Amino acid sequence: MNEEYRYDYRTVEGYILSAIVWAVVGLVVGLLISVQLFAPALNFAPWATYGRMRTVHTNILGFGLGVGAIFGLSYYILMRLTRRPLLFPKLARLQMWLFNVGILLALVTLSMGYTQSLEYAEMEWPLDIAIVILWVMFAVNVVGTMLVRREEQMYISLWYIIATVVGVAVLYIVNNLAIPAGLLKSYHLFAGVNSANVQWWYGHNVVGFVFTMPILAMFYYFFPKSTGLPIYSHRLSIVAFWSLVFGYLWTGAHHLVYTPLPDWIQTLGIVFTLFLIAPSWGSVVNGYGTIGEDWSKMKTDYLAKFFVLGITFYGLQTVQGPTQGLRVVSQLIHYTDWVPGHVHMGTMGWVALTVTASVYYVIPRIYGTEIYSVKLANLHFWLVLVGQLIFSFTGWITGIQQGAMWKALTPEGTLKYTFMESLVKNYPYWHVRSLGGAIFIVGMVVFVLNVLLTIQKGRALEAGRSAAPAAA
Amino acid sequence: MAGTLERKPILFTLAVTVAVLVGSIVMMAYPMLRPEMHPKLEGLRPYTPLQLAGRDVYQREGCVNCHTQTVRPLRTEVMRYGDFSKAGEFYYDHPFLWGSKRTGPDLAREGGKRPDSWHLAHYADPQKIVPRSNMPAYPWLAKATLDAASVKAHMDALGMPYTKEQLAELGTKTEMDALVAYTQQLGHAVAKVQPGGAFDLAAVNPFKDSPQAIAEGAKLWASSCSVCHGDEGHGGIGPSITDGKFLGQPGYGTDGEYFAIIAGGSDAKKAIGRPGLPDGGMEAFAGQIPPDGIWRIVAFIRAQQKHEAAESPGVEKREHETGGKH
Repeated sequence: MNEEYRYDYRTVEGYILSAIVWAVVGLVVGLLISVQLFAPALNFAPWATYGRMRTVHTNILGFGLGVGAIFGLSYYILMRLTRRPLLFPKLARLQMWLFNVGILLALVTLSMGYTQSLEYAEMEWPLDIAIVILWVMFAVNVVGTMLVRREEQMYISLWYIIATVVGVAVLYIVNNLAIPAGLLKSYHLFAGVNSANVQWWYGHNVVGFVFTMPILAMFYYFFPKSTGLPIYSHRLSIVAFWSLVFGYLWTGAHHLVYTPLPDWIQTLGIVFTLFLIAPSWGSVVNGYGTIGEDWSKMKTDYLAKFFVLGITFYGLQTVQGPTQGLRVVSQLIHYTDWVPGHVHMGTMGWVALTVTASVYYVIPRIYGTEIYSVKLANLHFWLVLVGQLIFSFTGWITGIQQGAMWKALTPEGTLKYTFMESLVKNYPYWHVRSLGGAIFIVGMVVFVLNVLLTIQKGRALEAGRSAAPAAA
Repeated sequence: MAGTLERKPILFTLAVTVAVLVGSIVMMAYPMLRPEMHPKLEGLRPYTPLQLAGRDVYQREGCVNCHTQTVRPLRTEVMRYGDFSKAGEFYYDHPFLWGSKRTGPDLAREGGKRPDSWHLAHYADPQKIVPRSNMPAYPWLAKATLDAASVKAHMDALGMPYTKEQLAELGTKTEMDALVAYTQQLGHAVAKVQPGGAFDLAAVNPFKDSPQAIAEGAKLWASSCSVCHGDEGHGGIGPSITDGKFLGQPGYGTDGEYFAIIAGGSDAKKAIGRPGLPDGGMEAFAGQIPPDGIWRIVAFIRAQQKHEAAESPGVEKREHETGGKH
């Protein structure tokens, strides 16, 4: 390990290990709630009921795994692209510990039912304040380090990191404005239709600024680095970046199609959602153009397939999403299992593949070694791919079935099915979906083992290196 | 331009901020200034302390993860749930609880659809009322008494009006009572759509005494009616249909009257002119069950009534003990 970077790399590793721990917690909870859907007896205690655990699942994976990995990997990218250590190393380390305390408190309070009932902004107000502090610490280090960088040009990945910081700040602060009514109870400052509009402006964009921008930062850095292929088009990157950053914020209302939200907001949201296909596919084309320079990398470089499949799911996700926003499609699939199928293609496909591949790249380099086992990494790849496809496809099929049954009429013009008849039809699919989730989790466990064994190998090497001069 | 920006982090950050703010202002901030974002229906009432306490329970238990509270203006949706949701119904909702997933049914029109006793039994053990439901059971809510001081703090935070009597009453109530009170006011500001329209109370059942219709009616009874009125019509949450009474008065109704109460629910009581139970909350099934189906149920009811009259209570009891099925 390069001495200049030693401390900061340990911080990066700390974030990655934290993210891994939260990944395991969040995935196990995910499996539990998927089984609860067909086995209600598993709601064995108030804290373990579906209503609370679903929130725990999304928050621990989104903010524990997702944001943990984003902080750590962004710091790594930042150091490589500015050619220097972090400006405030101790601050980054303190931020890491505060981050873990925050996620632990989120786990506890959400299990106890303290929630703002705003999707992806469920944590109560004291935790919101802690989260803002965390992001301010991150922003100070990011911008500070950039200002004293030793490389004049700022590469694409840095743009996406900047966008992440700005976007999260604006979104998180506005949507979490609340009237406190107790130590762990508050009410959204906004009411009714307005509350809905602010929440989904937030809800959609937090997906954009947590599950898109920083993941693209990783993609644009680690994909060319691991394959040794330069990014296909720098110009395309510029166009895609600015149109994505500009266009994203207009689209949240597509979550509220056919609700009492004024029609013009719904329609404008849908229009920009369609527009968003262009910048999203800008990055997809850039990814395919890059691997197109040498397709043999798919065989020779074990990480290439993670990134290529990752960007493929990003491409599918960003076409499926706008399609769902269309009124005629929304009628059929909104509120059904189609939507979790869609979301999990993004999270289990695009995000998980890109993040795990980035971790595989970083961990060995911290120790100047190789990954513990390429075979295990390949096994991990195929398990999560198969698990995710089973999960998403069952979601889509169930969703279409539900939507069709809700709309079905008899020849006399009355409803053909009761709600319960539509629910009962889901049970076989929910079994299959849990199976898909379980396969995915096995794949993630293989990943975790591979990372831990690589760290063990790296630490043994390091100990050998420091012992060698003393012995000589 | 872009070339310069890439070398100036502060300028770059400012440019990104501007790009992010344009859409945010047009789609999120500007609409707040328009009155269409803050409408209020005339009949909309603020939450009482008990109802708000119930809403807090609804939030705490994450009910919003499985239940929506917005009926879309789609034909089948209005038939299934009731009138579509209006913007002016949510003036007091901090936050909105429209939800994004219907693992269970929409609840925007749930208020007044069923009696309190149905909800109490259902929340305590959903599978007892709806056998194949996947909803978690919430029996502990009935043991948790409300804390008047924290409910008062919540009312104050929202600036909702309340009386001393309303607060005093909370001490005698449980979280379960509060959740039922919240459930029963859902959709109160919008008049119920009369699903059946006008009924011909003198109509005669076209399937009268047809054994096939009675058999089909028995199936419908098992899926839609037995939950409240018992497998054989002896009553439960709802009244018996075989005790010689109809809507709280002696003597059975006409075929047309039975059709009306099934199709129109409790709202049809007025037209029929019988009082029914004071807190009766018969659901309206028009739109859910086709008219032919309702007539078949009426045929089944008549068959049950005849069956009951023909057998002595002793015979009926023995049949139960041997597990006789209908």
